[in-house]
Amino acid sequence: MPPIPTVVPMSWYLILSAILFTLGAAGFLLRRNIITVFMCIELMLNAVNLTFVAFSHQLKQVDGHIFTFFVMVVAAAEAAVGLAIILTVFKNRQTLEIDEISSMKL
Amino acid sequence: MPANFMPTAQEYLRFAPESLLILVGVLLMILEPLSGPDGKRKFAVISFAALAAAIGLAIAAGMDPGPAFSGLLMVDGFATFFRVLVLVIGMFVILISTNYLKLEGHESGEYYALLLFSVVGQCLMAASNDLIMLFIGLECSSIASYVLAGYLRDDKRNNESALKYFLLGSFATAFLLYGVAWTYGTTGTTNLTAIRAYLMDPAHHANMVVVGAATALMFVGFAFKVSAAPFQMWAPDVYQGAPAPVTAFMSIGSKAAAFAMFVRVMMTAFEPVKDRWEPLIWISALATMTIGNCAALRQSNLKRLLAYSSIAHAGYLMVAITAHSEIGTASVMFYLTSYALMSLGAFAIVVYIARKGERFVEINDLAGLSQRQPLVAALFVIFLLSFTGIPLTAGFFGKFYIFKAALDSNLVWLAILGMLNSAVAAYYYLRLIVVMYMQPPAEGAEELLAPTIGIRVTMLVTAALTIALGIFPSFILDLAGKSAAFAR
Repeated sequence: MPPIPTVVPMSWYLILSAILFTLGAAGFLLRRNIITVFMCIELMLNAVNLTFVAFSHQLKQVDGHIFTFFVMVVAAAEAAVGLAIILTVFKNRQTLEIDEISSMKL
Repeated sequence: MPANFMPTAQEYLRFAPESLLILVGVLLMILEPLSGPDGKRKFAVISFAALAAAIGLAIAAGMDPGPAFSGLLMVDGFATFFRVLVLVIGMFVILISTNYLKLEGHESGEYYALLLFSVVGQCLMAASNDLIMLFIGLECSSIASYVLAGYLRDDKRNNESALKYFLLGSFATAFLLYGVAWTYGTTGTTNLTAIRAYLMDPAHHANMVVVGAATALMFVGFAFKVSAAPFQMWAPDVYQGAPAPVTAFMSIGSKAAAFAMFVRVMMTAFEPVKDRWEPLIWISALATMTIGNCAALRQSNLKRLLAYSSIAHAGYLMVAITAHSEIGTASVMFYLTSYALMSLGAFAIVVYIARKGERFVEINDLAGLSQRQPLVAALFVIFLLSFTGIPLTAGFFGKFYIFKAALDSNLVWLAILGMLNSAVAAYYYLRLIVVMYMQPPAEGAEELLAPTIGIRVTMLVTAALTIALGIFPSFILDLAGKSAAFAR
């Protein structure tokens, strides 16, 4: 049996962030509720944040931590606009199912 | 605190166009609630003047090129060229917006403030020399355009357009950021020049697989923003559903800025690994052209047709990026200038034809335009011929230089397939001319009033410049050739 590492190795963080990112991307493509789809995008952004922090720790630089703040601020701005858009859609159509919101097709 | 922490006055000057537009944008939002329902016209005037002043500042900043804010921005010839281009596009969009908003009963300060914020983001995209700065510019531009796409908030098509743009745009941004994170992890920096230096070093060749994967992730983000295949499917729905002036803004201004950042990242940071991304962009360029042109053949809605045509034009531009040479970069700059002019003209006409509530945006609504408004029909013919790439118009030289750059880089097959594609495109552009000139106006068609002053100025100026660039391309081409070399 291999020895149990005393600190969490770097690769674990990267694997976890890759799993989170994939889950987010898969959820975006498969889920049908707009709010869930939106949460999947946030999950992807958080996976990115985890990658940044892990790399920043490994490189012993503070840059990656700062980028995380930028990503968080932008994600918050995006969430504000996105939820407002979702609200107007719901007000006009009384539904949050993505398949029902496509009036423009060939 | 490091000695260079405080930026110098020179660095503030290099950031001056963006600072001015942000200040004016905030000012508009403060003035908006204080002005009565009749005082809305002044917002258009203020924002128009602010954009004009920002052009002056951008040119002044370009006189003294160099980096700013510890290398986050790089104000070189390339940045100045694209800054001026997106600012001019912003001015024309204001000209075609004012009357449209008045007709729809939504004339207000926010529209112009959002437009200015979006233009700020586009200027940053053109000038950023750091992946994080690029991300901020991109989001600044995108978030404002998400709101603009759904600006008429009681209109179902507007809602749908904004929702699709928002969801798919954020999805693409997440991929871009994940690519940035891996690039940072591998190279230890996000500065484009430093990434290039890292990749040039033969000691780091073992990490090339990771860098290649990171480049691919970032390509997903870029391809979404420039609406290149296989990530182009959002464009027709979003462009069709958004208010027509906003569609013009998104398909011209945002696209120009997105190409600026795409070219800069590929030609500076990732140029040392060009053998890895060239095949990817080769395939994407061909697919983009073919999908755009073939889908445009069977459209009946004018805005949707122009959306597919803008996808096809993105494909031609990708051909020039595949060439990855200075001539290729210069031809991207020239093509985007000519594309901006003819598209602005075409969209001004779409806004004019559509009228209140955008009821008349089908191709059949153009029937008999040559009898109803001969001048508008004649100007539309100029833009359509330029889209097709007929000599004596700007579009001809745009395509000519792109295919020349492709041939210089030994991309013979891509150039041939691109030319075949532009032959296909001729069909749907010429069909519009046939409808305007050969078909009689529909029975009982509503009378078309003469175009308003903003629309008329946009149509005439862009048509004149389209012809001028088609006869004397050297002015813009020399400028592009001089600005195509990046600071490395």
